[in-house]
Amino acid sequence: MMRDPGSMTPHDWSQDVFDAMKARGIGTVATVPDGGLTRLLKLCEADGETRIVTLTTEEEGIGITSGLWLGGQRGMIAMQSSGVGNCINALGYAATLRAPCLMLVTMRGQWGEFNPWQVPMGQATRTVMEAMGVKCFAVDQATAVGETFAAAADLAFNGNFSAAVLIGQRVIGVKGFGR
Amino acid sequence: MTSSNYLKRRELVSALLARREGTLVVPGLGSPTWDCFAAGGSPEYLYSWGGMGLAVPTALGVALAQPGRRVLALTGDGEMMMGLGSLAVVGAQAPENLGILILDNESFGETGRQAGLTGIRADLVAMASGAGIAKTLAVTRMDQIDALADLMFHQAGPTFATAKIALTDEPWALPEKDGAVIARQFRGAIEAGVLAE
Repeated sequence: MMRDPGSMTPHDWSQDVFDAMKARGIGTVATVPDGGLTRLLKLCEADGETRIVTLTTEEEGIGITSGLWLGGQRGMIAMQSSGVGNCINALGYAATLRAPCLMLVTMRGQWGEFNPWQVPMGQATRTVMEAMGVKCFAVDQATAVGETFAAAADLAFNGNFSAAVLIGQRVIGVKGFGR
Repeated sequence: MTSSNYLKRRELVSALLARREGTLVVPGLGSPTWDCFAAGGSPEYLYSWGGMGLAVPTALGVALAQPGRRVLALTGDGEMMMGLGSLAVVGAQAPENLGILILDNESFGETGRQAGLTGIRADLVAMASGAGIAKTLAVTRMDQIDALADLMFHQAGPTFATAKIALTDEPWALPEKDGAVIARQFRGAIEAGVLAE
């Protein structure tokens, strides 16, 4: 996990994302959780004002955030990279409605992955999203996640685009499966 | 029940929407969208030509964002089956202002009348109950229309109903298909409702 220069404490990118959400009135997080999202989701829970919508599959989040926007609210989707594959057709739905679709994606199958089953979708995540017109912002430094998320959120909500922040496995740390 | 006893979809939808009293409607892609347009059309209908499986999630988003407005998801059995998990999401979020009605012709009517799963053993009412939606209704007769309207538009939600409809060819009734225009009109209708309060 990325640490601040001269510090042994991992940089708290989840807090940065949460602060950027609050500053922009993003009041709902639709999610199929991932290990890398644990702290952000805890911050949202503890907040008491941020609504967490637990999904069965990630594409539901695209309908929900589109509906929130239609109703005048801002939401986002938080998911693991494998969930991006579940979203492909739904990404066209948001694009056709010109509904902003903001996604925070924690990457797997990437930097030193232990589990080969994660590799195909992880390696294809950005290609698939870009094929569907999503503006992708990859970030590999914990200290840059917050500003990258803020920039992607502003692009999405100011212009009614789909935008995704892809948080590299280098930031999150490799899941070790006890090894 | 023989096919001739099934409900007429246009008659049912028209009678239901006549009772909606400002309810926002999120129809599923294809025939439910054509049914809403054929019933008179409104900027309060979010017409859909795509995104199979997303009618209930979209209606849920609208309902969460607009707790003061009633919202109806109106879709077909095939569309609902594709987004079945979203019923559990609705059950968890439990929006009091959301009704869900499935027009169930047990077929993929739009693509050539292939048999659907609800005509074999799948029971959508049981699935909705299992997902945590307590108030459900199976509609098979037009004389249930007032009970259906009450469940969809007035009872504390989330509520869920199926209506067994005949597999028919209806006259084409095609609304606007530019999603950006549809969304803008729908948002405008919601804002107008807020201003009118």
